[in-house]
Amino acid sequence: MRAPSILSIDKLSLEFPIYKGTVKALNGVTLEVAPGEIVGVVGESGSGKSVTSMTAMRLLIDGSFKVTTGSITMLGKGIVHASEKTMLGLRGSQVAMIFQEPMTALNPTRRIGDQMVEVIRLHRKFKKREAQIEAARLLQEMHIGDPEQILRHYPFELSGGMRQRVLIALAFSCEPKLLIADEPTTALDVTVQRQVLLLLREKARQLNTAVLFITHDMAVVSQFCDRVYVMYAGSVVENGPTAEVIAAPRHPYTQGLLKALPDRVPPRTPLEAIPGTVPDLARLPSGCVFASRCPRARKACTVVPDLHPVDQSGSHQVACWAVQEEETQP
Amino acid sequence: MSFSRIIVKRLLGLILVVLGVSIITFIVSHLIPGDPARLIAGDRATDEIVANLRHTLGLDQPLPVQYWRYLSGLVHGDLGTSIRTSRPVLEDLKAFFPATMELALVALFFATLVGIPLGVLSAVYRNKFVDQIVRTISVSGISTPAFWLGLSLIVLFYGRLHLLPGSGRLPDGIDPPTSISGFYILDSLLTGNRPALISSLRHIILPAFTLGFVHLGVVARQIRSSMLEQLNEDYIRTSRANGLAKWTVILRHALPNALIPSVTVLGLAMGDLLYGAVLTETVFAWPGMGAYVVNSIQALDFPAVMGFAVLVSFAYVLVNLAVDLLYMVIDPRIREVS
Repeated sequence: MRAPSILSIDKLSLEFPIYKGTVKALNGVTLEVAPGEIVGVVGESGSGKSVTSMTAMRLLIDGSFKVTTGSITMLGKGIVHASEKTMLGLRGSQVAMIFQEPMTALNPTRRIGDQMVEVIRLHRKFKKREAQIEAARLLQEMHIGDPEQILRHYPFELSGGMRQRVLIALAFSCEPKLLIADEPTTALDVTVQRQVLLLLREKARQLNTAVLFITHDMAVVSQFCDRVYVMYAGSVVENGPTAEVIAAPRHPYTQGLLKALPDRVPPRTPLEAIPGTVPDLARLPSGCVFASRCPRARKACTVVPDLHPVDQSGSHQVACWAVQEEETQP
Repeated sequence: MSFSRIIVKRLLGLILVVLGVSIITFIVSHLIPGDPARLIAGDRATDEIVANLRHTLGLDQPLPVQYWRYLSGLVHGDLGTSIRTSRPVLEDLKAFFPATMELALVALFFATLVGIPLGVLSAVYRNKFVDQIVRTISVSGISTPAFWLGLSLIVLFYGRLHLLPGSGRLPDGIDPPTSISGFYILDSLLTGNRPALISSLRHIILPAFTLGFVHLGVVARQIRSSMLEQLNEDYIRTSRANGLAKWTVILRHALPNALIPSVTVLGLAMGDLLYGAVLTETVFAWPGMGAYVVNSIQALDFPAVMGFAVLVSFAYVLVNLAVDLLYMVIDPRIREVS
């Protein structure tokens, strides 16, 4: 067995009450992150990947959502019913988070230095000057030349890539055990994207920080993550070691996703698309959420499939009746 | 743009505004039916006397000539002579302006000091009980007529409860403090005049509340909506994810940014307060410009009325100039880009 998990989400179901009904955003999501591990969560918009991370940090507005079943354990603490005080003890110091939009993720009217010093001094007993030196050091490690200068700047004076580096530096400032990165490079240019990813991984490995990496980009997952969870309409449909999932995807949805990647098909052949659209989360069909778009749908699919192992070690799991049938047949 | 360029640009604009205001008030006050000369001379005066008076006042000249005379006086700081009091208008306004300004400032101070916290609470507890209360206060503030509110307060606090004085700035028994700024509260503080301080504070409570109540509602609503906007911003989520406590995020990050658009509202409110004081002053027998202007209007004393309009628009433009400069101080995006 692996070391005890940093983050363990167990059969989490969550819904948002809306006018006349509920949006079932998560339906029995199970997810583990071990110490030092980089775990990808991939899925399209509305698959529940961001809701999962926001729930783990308890950043959703109180009263706007309802956890119907399941639990989240982060660093040994139950999160779903945790007090705000418990969360303040975790956020920033033990678990950090970075977001998709570096352009708006910093306070526009305060200097970079002030914002960094505020967070550093919140978690570590530093004098103001010491915190400034620490902030400069953190920026230096993000390969930012002339960090002292950057600290005096306002966010609007920096590029998107620069701001994301500032945010990453800030996220790592207290050497967290877990970093949740919610599409950290989606808003950046492709070239900058790569630099930022490499920095992120270098820093995570150096501090042995586990990363929960949320993205819609399979290509990024394949380069960056040790393991991957594929989510669809609020459910995990497949998970396993990245190399294995990419080389031999088993779930029809994962297969469809990978067929849609341009660099995996020969030039001048049309890309394959998954027919249909994601189901309305307020009117989910019973049974497998992917059934309506699945080329291998069958009678059994009217019942929700559980994740079951498809390899010897049990690390590669798929939630699909068709795959399960194949496995059980000799 | 630099500070000095903005100031120069605004001061040029100020000249245009004052010019415009003087033309409009001049035309309007001369279009009003009624003959000031007849009014001064009285019903029983002969036509000859009235004609003489009209000539002395320059009212028999063509309008453009009259305006030109007025304007050249204005440039030299001469607002003309009041028909009613026969004193220079500037002297009259100087005597009454500090009382009005003091009332307006205290009202603004009250509206801001109470309005901002109410707006913040209302945004943070959106749609909760607190929010409902604050919104009720805001709407009643905006929709309550000042004269009615003033009279009710007098009836209650002066008439029934005998808690606060109902009129004037000071009672007969207390001399005004030595005049430094003309503001009784400030002057009595500076001169250490305790009885005058306490008494002038007690006198200003009801009129300032009456005048400020409207703006309290405006400020609370403005703060509420810009706080809601700020609380939805990504940087709020970042701050929370970085472990900052809820009220630290609200007060240190969201509020300063939410105040930026509110500065405009406060600038506009100052202008409203100066004009709005007219009604409140009448109700509370506050010896400010309000009573002076009302009496002047009734006497068709147009130099006085025009002088008031020019002075208030002057103050209005100055306040808004200050607002623009304040913007540059509090919002680095405006300061550094320019």
